This record gives sequence, structure tokens and C-alpha cells, in this order.
Amino acid sequence: MRWLLSLGVLGGSVVKYAARRLVMLIGIVFVISVGSFYLIHLLPGDPAVVILGTGATPLAKAHLFAQLGLDKPVYLQYFTWIGNVIRGNMGTSFISQSSVAATIRAALPIDVEIIVLSQILAFLVAIPMAMRSARKPDGVLDRTLGAGSFTLLSVPPFIIIVLLVLFVSIKLGIPHTGPSSYVTLASDPLGNLESLALPSITLAVGSFVVYYRVLRSDLIATLQEEFITMARSKGLSHRRIMWRHAFRPSSVALLGAASVNIGGLLASGFVVQYLLAIPGLGYTLIAAINTSDYLLVQGIVLTVSVGVVVINFLFDFIINLVDPRISRE
Amino acid sequence: MSNNLPMMGDLGGQGLFAVEEATLSERAEKNEPLGFLFWLCVGWIGLNVVGAILANVLPLQNPLFEDYNAINVGPGLHHLFGTDDLGRDIFARVVYGSRVSIAVGVGAMIIGFGIGAPLGMLAAYRRGRFDTALTTFMYVLLAFPAIIATIAVLSFWTPRALTKIIIVIGLASVPLVYRVIRTATLNVATKDYIIAAKVQGATDRRILLKELLPNIAPIAVSFLLIGIATVITLEGALAFLGLSVNPPTPSWGNMINEARTVLAQNPWLVIFPSLALCLFLLCLNFIGDRLRTHFDVTEVKL
Repeated sequence: MRWLLSLGVLGGSVVKYAARRLVMLIGIVFVISVGSFYLIHLLPGDPAVVILGTGATPLAKAHLFAQLGLDKPVYLQYFTWIGNVIRGNMGTSFISQSSVAATIRAALPIDVEIIVLSQILAFLVAIPMAMRSARKPDGVLDRTLGAGSFTLLSVPPFIIIVLLVLFVSIKLGIPHTGPSSYVTLASDPLGNLESLALPSITLAVGSFVVYYRVLRSDLIATLQEEFITMARSKGLSHRRIMWRHAFRPSSVALLGAASVNIGGLLASGFVVQYLLAIPGLGYTLIAAINTSDYLLVQGIVLTVSVGVVVINFLFDFIINLVDPRISRE
Repeated sequence: MSNNLPMMGDLGGQGLFAVEEATLSERAEKNEPLGFLFWLCVGWIGLNVVGAILANVLPLQNPLFEDYNAINVGPGLHHLFGTDDLGRDIFARVVYGSRVSIAVGVGAMIIGFGIGAPLGMLAAYRRGRFDTALTTFMYVLLAFPAIIATIAVLSFWTPRALTKIIIVIGLASVPLVYRVIRTATLNVATKDYIIAAKVQGATDRRILLKELLPNIAPIAVSFLLIGIATVITLEGALAFLGLSVNPPTPSWGNMINEARTVLAQNPWLVIFPSLALCLFLLCLNFIGDRLRTHFDVTEVKL
């Protein structure tokens, strides 16, 4: 609530800052859309032949030309395409004959679910651990956690998930955790949670390492500040100082780390879905690449990239609310 | 920018955030000794590089030879790491597999530093409109999630080959390198000795190469090592998704990808390339991190 108050006081600078960022956001989204659009032209040869194959009927070809406006100059093709995309029409896949937008809408919730679960896990572990570490920097616990997290930093997510599958689903035989055993949320919520457990843990490990290290070093710096000494001399409990006085300024660093982490999380999610055949965006993307379903690849790339950029923008805004000093710089 | 947090995570799929807005502090004399572990890591990296270069000459089995009499054999005397589901020697494949990772790591960073570093130095030295325009442009590129862009380009730019992968990842790393080098240069460029050199009438070329470059070199080197590790992770992820070099050419990533279908029958097939990859990355990260503390490079906020 106090954030809202500070928004009122500093309203001018925050709004100005947000407006400047919004202009930048629009610019970035434009660049992404041009990039995604241009992907089709990276294909060697005639896009119609590459997309449809050599044995395409004239009717299908005419349909493709109409959909992509291939007979027009490139910049006009872009406007045709972006106009359709803005209206929610990303085209119809020539491989599966289904709407690209509908396919993405069906897959996206799975990615969101994995990411949300993993972030809850990562924060639940990283925040208390970082607080413990920061309490006694260079103590036994801090050194152990430091070495452990540094080692984990060098273990890529695709190795974590393979090892988890090896031990949890193959050696221990826990149901719904192995490849191709995805359970939908609608049919069995508990089974769904089971089948997303290993993916969430994998993403959580990668995030934990980052969050722990960022929050720890920021907390150590914050704890040197005079207002902490002040709080200590007032006789406040350690717990209260940590949560009320130290965590709030340090949470800015944590939010920043989470924001930067989003792109990596999506990519890790792709890897995990690919191994376990979980029909999220990543699995759909790799399947589309392997079947040369270029319009679907283009749609997913556009959705994911714009999604990341917009989420980063929102995080930036939240960080400003938590710490209005940033926008005044 | 409030977002002065590291962006390496975006490129690598995992957060590697060691060297970001780094500068050399004034007191570089309190150098801490590098320590035994540092040299152990250097030795391990050296061993891997030598193995990758000399793989043809070393007494290794043919990594492509399929011995149908020895399928999914566990580790032993004849096959040090065992064999895979096609009877190929895993040890030989792990050694040959390092070639792809090292080539991508080094090649991509040559491109990244070759373009990003001079631009970053020049922008920080010249300042003005050139700097503003270039920096804005690079920030726009940085916002683009690099791994997704890489997957996107590689999925359309077929057929996939090692050189294309190096080019794509290398170009994707340019904005990142630019940012680090620019920030590092910016912190040196305002120092008195640079101004003194200018007053003495030194040419821009001389100041850039003789005054600025040696002073940002420590930052560049530690960032380079961590960058190589990040790029290797990214290539591993691409190979795991089947988007890197085509089989049967072995790479650590595609070995792990091939292993996933026979995970229950032959766990060795995934364990050895994973171990090789993780150890290599750990050593690179450790060396980079140690060099950073050795040269007393401190992370500062913008």
C-alpha cells in the first residue's frame, strides 16, 4: 500500500519513466516482429516450394500466396502479415491444417504452469537460504552453499532433467514422471502435478542458483547500511530486521534477476518438454521444426519473444514501484 | 536502465551472471594467489583442448565404428566408458565430442568479441551521438531472448552445419560483449592518465590500443571464459534438441540426446558425456571467477 503512496508523491518521474520504457517496448516489439516475419525468407529457395513441398496443388499454392501475400513486395508482405497477426490470425498450418493461433493457445498454459511452479519452488528455497548465508558471510553454511550453487551453475538444465528422469522415474519408478506420461490438468489435477514435478524441479534448480547468489550478495551489502545498524540498536529482533528492513531493498535485485531469468526459463522449459513429450510450446516448437511446419515455428517464436519482452517490461515497472529511486536516475 | 543485472542467463538457458558491469578497482595490488584448484582447472581445460586437437592421432577407437557384437557394454578394459546402443565406443565419442563444444565456444566468442569489443571500446571512447545510437540499438537486440532467436534462425537456416551454428551464436553474443566492454571502457576512459595521454597529443589509435586495451583486458579475459562456458551450454541445449551438428558426428549434447531413448538400458551413455560437459563448464567458470577476484574486478552498478 505504501508503494501506491510513493507513486502519488513521485508520480511525475515514475510515469515519465514508464512512458519512456513503453516507447522502447514498442520499438523492440516492432524489431521482433520484423525478425520473425523475415525468418521465412531465410529459407533457401522459393518459400512456396519449401513450405508446401514440391508436389503442391495450384490451389494450395494460391492459398499460400494469398495468406502471405507472396506476390507483393516484401514490405507489403510484412504489413499484410502483421495486420493478420494483430487480429489474432497467425495463419493456418499447411502441415496439420489447423490454426496456428489455436495450437499456441492450447500449448501455452503448460509452459506457464511449469514456470509458475518452478518459481514458487525456487523462491521458497532461495530466500531463506540467502538470508541464512548473509547472516554469517564466509561462515561454514555460506561457504558450502556458495560452492554448491557455483557447481550447480555449471550443470545445464538438459543434464539435470535427464539425471532426474534416470533416478526418479526409472530407478524409483514413480508414476507419471517419465517420458510420454503427461497427464492433463483437467483430467487429473494430482497426476498433472506429478507429471510436471520433474520439469518444475529442473527449472527451479537453475533459478535457485541465480536467486540465491544475487540475493545473498545484495543482502550482505544491505546489512552494512546505517538503517540496519539503527534498527539493531533499537533492539528489533533479527527476524524482523531481515524481513522488514533488509529484504525489501534487496528484493529489487531479486526481481531484476527473475526478470532476466524469464528467457532462460522458457528455453529450459523447451528442453524439459522435449525429453518428456509434454505438449507445451517447446515440444510443439521442436515437433514443428522437425516437420518443417514453418508457420507454426514463426508463430511460436513471435509469441514467445514478445511474451518475454512484455514480461520484462512489467517487471521493470514493478521494480520501480518497489524502489522509486531507479526512475529518478 | 534499472536492468543492470547480467543477461548471460538468457543466452545460456541458465543464469551465469559472474562478470557483468565489471570494472577494475583502483587497488589492483592486493592480488590473491590463484591457488591449487585454479591450476587444476587450467590443466583439465588444457587436457581437453589437447585431446580435441589430437583426437585423430591419439590411440582412440573409431568413434563412428559400429560393433554389433558389443552393444550397450558397460565400462571395462576394452571399452573404457563402455559402448552405446550401436556398439560405438563411448570414450572415443566423448573425446571427439569435445571438438564441437570447443569449436563452437571459441568460434562464437571470436565473432562476439571481434565485433562487440571494438564497437564497445569505440562507443565508450567517442561518446556522443555515435555512442547513444549504438547503445540503444544494442539494448534493443539484448531484449530479444537470445536462445529463442538462435533456435528460430537455426530452424529456418537449413541444412544445419557447424559454421552456421558458430555464426548464429557468435552474432547473438555481440550485444552482450558490447555492453560489458563498453561499461568497462567507460570506467577507464575518464581516468587521469587517459586525459594526460590526450593532452600529450597521443592519437586516438594509440590511446585505444596502448592505454585502454591493457586496462580492460583482465575484465575481457574473465568475461571471455565465462562467455565460452555459456556458449557451450547453449550449443549443448541446441544439440540436445537436435538442432546442432547432425549425427553421427558426436558432440556432448547430441550424445545425451541419443542416450535418452535407451536411458533405462544403458545409463552410462548419458553419464559420461554429461560429466565431461559439466566438468569442462565448471573449470571454465571457476577460472573466469578466480581471475576476476585475482585482478580485483568488482561488480559495480551503473
